[in-house]
Amino acid sequence: MMGPALKLDDVRFRWPGRASFGLSVPTFRMGQGESVLLIGDSGSGKSTLLSLVCGIVTADTGRVVVAGTDLSTLRAGARDRFRAEQIGVIFQQFNLLPYASVSDNILLPLRFAPKRRKRAAVDEATALCSALGLPEGTTRTTAGRLSVGQQQRVAVARALIGQPPLIVADEPTSALDATTQDAFLGLLFNQIAASGSSLLMVSHDERLGDRFDRVVPLSEIARAERQAA
Amino acid sequence: MILRLAIGSLLARALTVGMTILAIALSVALFLGVEKVRTGARASFADTISGTDLIVGARSGSVQLLLYSVFRIGNATNNVTWESYQDIAKRSEVDWIVPISLGDSHRQFRVMGTTQAFFEHYKYRGGRSLEIGQGRGLDDLYDAVIGAEVATALGYDVGDPIVVSHGLASFTEHDDQPFRVAGIIDRTGTPVDRTVIVSLEAIEAIHVDWQSGAQIPGQTTPVERIRQMDLKPSAVTAALVGVKSRLQIFGLQRWINEYPEEPLLAILPGVALQELWQIVGVAETALIGVSAMVVVTALLGMMAMIFSSLNERRREMAIWRAMGARPATILGLLVLEAALMAAVGAALGLALLYAGLVIAQPLVDSGFGLWLPIEPPTLREVAVLAGVIIAAALASLLPALRAYRLSLADGMMVKI
Repeated sequence: MMGPALKLDDVRFRWPGRASFGLSVPTFRMGQGESVLLIGDSGSGKSTLLSLVCGIVTADTGRVVVAGTDLSTLRAGARDRFRAEQIGVIFQQFNLLPYASVSDNILLPLRFAPKRRKRAAVDEATALCSALGLPEGTTRTTAGRLSVGQQQRVAVARALIGQPPLIVADEPTSALDATTQDAFLGLLFNQIAASGSSLLMVSHDERLGDRFDRVVPLSEIARAERQAA
Repeated sequence: MILRLAIGSLLARALTVGMTILAIALSVALFLGVEKVRTGARASFADTISGTDLIVGARSGSVQLLLYSVFRIGNATNNVTWESYQDIAKRSEVDWIVPISLGDSHRQFRVMGTTQAFFEHYKYRGGRSLEIGQGRGLDDLYDAVIGAEVATALGYDVGDPIVVSHGLASFTEHDDQPFRVAGIIDRTGTPVDRTVIVSLEAIEAIHVDWQSGAQIPGQTTPVERIRQMDLKPSAVTAALVGVKSRLQIFGLQRWINEYPEEPLLAILPGVALQELWQIVGVAETALIGVSAMVVVTALLGMMAMIFSSLNERRREMAIWRAMGARPATILGLLVLEAALMAAVGAALGLALLYAGLVIAQPLVDSGFGLWLPIEPPTLREVAVLAGVIIAAALASLLPALRAYRLSLADGMMVKI
């Protein structure tokens, strides 16, 4: 039996030098192939949680386990490698290196992830662009020349290339209008279903919840802790 | 791919990056240019005399003797008597000896009395002989052979009359005994270009009516009578000596320096040049120091540019981090960008230098008699260029370390 895609147990974290903000997560689990929408307002700790999940920061106590690996057992360099191998990341906007070609943007994580690079098919970047409805020849275009909607789809292609087990998305639809948002989510879910990846998305917009297996208010699983500076 | 992205990132900031590269290029061109002029001047000095084993003059300083006898800079404090000169000439070690008599001038140029042997034995730039391109050598008593610069500056042609002035910057002229331009020497890039050469006898001839540096009042000997006179000089200013065997140089030098009849000084031109370099070395070092500081300033400008761009690039770094790049990769990326800028700057600087050389070479040659060769970069210049690139990479470490720390602190959380 396969273990959970993501597991947090008794996690406590406080930003170094930022004594005013900390986050504790008693327990949270995500199954393989599951899609979860975490709902939370600004300042509720969404980005801190994503940083913990991605291994950018490590928990002061407790365990963050991604695809069976406890991130706290990895050294900083190994965590960076692990992130490149196991996690696809989509930001809310300004997702791409604007001066690089679409192709270079999509292939960038593979540069740091040899196993993922082996998993990626030869023309996967082009195939993903095509599947995400990007015009033919987009891969050669400079990323900064694309519309915001197109850029977000390229970001999805970049997160999905080499089929990482976990996709983490930080409000990827916030810069899109309602119609584009819906189309974008449709494409994202199709591709996630095709790759079999799990999807953890954070947003403040509850209306997105219909498409997800689970909608979890962040306040139910995590507690933000503020101290007077 | 990283290199391609680094280039893409630089191109995206073309204006600021371009200005930085231009500053580096100009500073590199200046530094290499100063170096070129310095080595050109040294080579030009070293090329001025070749094949002469000893220079003999009255006892003074070796640099002073070298300067007045070869470079026509400064003056002799005393002369060498004709008897002493003859004693040296008779030595068995001496292969050839060329007397030089200085002290008079024509306009801004020095007049040098010598013998036909000067044209046979004076060599420059690795053994080249003087070539009289127009006219002929010294045949008549009142013949003058002039350097190329004299001819150009004063517009002289073969056959033109020349009046020699007594002493340097003097208003007294030997106008009773005018000379005639017999020949013009092809350009050599040496002080010969700026010299009027006459025979040793001619120097005596124009001073027949002179005593102790002043004209004897009321005495004017006709030219015809002078031509009949024995014009053996009583003294010369200096002499260039070639020995039969190089092994004998030091023996002859010691003999001359210990010559009991008169205090004389014999110097090896190469050794005296070395002494000269030691004197001018301080100025050279200062010049190199200043131009090196210009390079440092350009690199500091680059460092400031990278620093100021860090804030606007935090989002970009967050993307790199999210994709799995280690903070060390971000540090490396910034260092790579700096090295690329410096490499392009250095290459552009080199191109500017060569463009400058092509334009300035004839002007510097005609203006200062300094030949700046256009050659492929020397090993030293390549080392300078590599040094600039390495220094740029090192200078970029400071902002790169800040980027490293920022990317550690920011992670993926930059919200811009």
